[in-house]
Amino acid sequence: MSGEGWKSARNAAVLIAGLLAAWQLLYWFAGEAAMQPPLATFRYTARLVVTEAFWPHLSESMRAFAAALAIAVAVGLLIGFWLGFHRLSGEVFEPMLVALYSIPKITLYPILLLAFGLGMPAKIAFGAIHGIIPVALFTINAVRNIKPILIKTGRTLRLGAPDMVRSILFPAALPEIFTGFRVGFELTLIGTLLGEMFAAQRGLGYLLMTAIGLHNVDLIMAVTLLLVVFAASVSTILLVIDRRLHRYT
Amino acid sequence: MRRVTLYRVLVIAAAVLLLELLCLTGVIDRLTMPPPHRILRDLAVLLVSGSFNAAIAKTLTNASIAFGLALVIGVMTAVALHGYRAVRETLDPLFATYYAVPIFAFYPLLIVLLGLGDAPQIGIGFMLGVVAIVVNTLNGLDRVPQVLRKTARIGRLGMIETARSVTLPCAAPYVLTGAKFAVAYSLIGVIGAEFIMSRGGMGYEISFAYTNFDNATMYPLILLILVVSISINAVLSWWEKVLLARRGL
Repeated sequence: MSGEGWKSARNAAVLIAGLLAAWQLLYWFAGEAAMQPPLATFRYTARLVVTEAFWPHLSESMRAFAAALAIAVAVGLLIGFWLGFHRLSGEVFEPMLVALYSIPKITLYPILLLAFGLGMPAKIAFGAIHGIIPVALFTINAVRNIKPILIKTGRTLRLGAPDMVRSILFPAALPEIFTGFRVGFELTLIGTLLGEMFAAQRGLGYLLMTAIGLHNVDLIMAVTLLLVVFAASVSTILLVIDRRLHRYT
Repeated sequence: MRRVTLYRVLVIAAAVLLLELLCLTGVIDRLTMPPPHRILRDLAVLLVSGSFNAAIAKTLTNASIAFGLALVIGVMTAVALHGYRAVRETLDPLFATYYAVPIFAFYPLLIVLLGLGDAPQIGIGFMLGVVAIVVNTLNGLDRVPQVLRKTARIGRLGMIETARSVTLPCAAPYVLTGAKFAVAYSLIGVIGAEFIMSRGGMGYEISFAYTNFDNATMYPLILLILVVSISINAVLSWWEKVLLARRGL
């Protein structure tokens, strides 16, 4: 841990310093009207997060994201276990999932808006459709790659289906499923924000879009900064857990 | 294999038929979604009339520019980075968390920086695609056998000449994997950006039709985007498989 950990901490520090320097340079190049320098943005962000008006947007986005993630993980695991176990279904449906994975899902958002109306449910559904497919695809692979001897052992012990999943299949597939969760987390977050940017009445994505309308560069920079810092730090934590889980397999 | 394909076609047919029935019986009302046969007919009418040719051309042109830039700059960056271990290690955390960051959050900033022309959409498509190319090209370059590098050194090839005639051709299948992702990403980026805020293109037309409850335009355009992106992806996947098979991978 110590040698490796110190090295990656140093790399991260150099990277962050480099990004901040690039940001400052870009500011000098682009000018006052187009963007704000790092220090001014940090100050504005610090003031923004203590204002009354900011919290409803944050909590709206977070609630939508949490619900979308819960649905994505639950449905993704269900589809993944089913397609992973049932060979024929897997062969029939997996290529369809892969194809769906590559389409610009933003085009489907108007359909969801028509189906659910403008508001929370449409946002949740849109976030969830981004996350379901990666969770499902990783789970399928996780289930398929379980060593047959583990399953045979379970059969020998005459475990029923629920016991089989709980005490053999799930632990064996956990590292790969966690990778799926990590990717699902990232994509669900992107999906939720994207939905808010296109059509919403509240939320961080909506705040970002109104900031363009008002040409409020400070606000654009602050919200972008918050989103990037949140996404990058959570994803780094998940990545560390992910690598640790994979080390034991 | 044939049987699986047959099942797949049957599943899709059943899904379309179910949708058709739900629409015709009024479970899904007309304002939410027209029945599939109407969508197909509207699409044919729309393509024959040519009224959206300009929008389609604009989107595909911008996505191609974004992809081209991502490919050229991505491959060049990867070749340059491959020689500098320290720089690469520093950038690794950036690559690992890059796709967790909602790149679309930078769109308002790009609009402020570049104006509301084609440039910010191309910028988003490029930003989404370029890292996939860099990461996969680096991955490919890592796998170039040492003997080929030595041969290049014996032939006294310069760095650029080595990359052009030895290492890059050898890494081609991996570059193609990156390119496949980048095609999907540049389409997603351009269409998503058009959706959120722009003055033209397929994404803009869909969002315009959505705000005007013009389902006869919206659904055919969505279908068109889905068909285009799925077929591009299928062709590239097939090509990738052929390349990999030729290498015996």
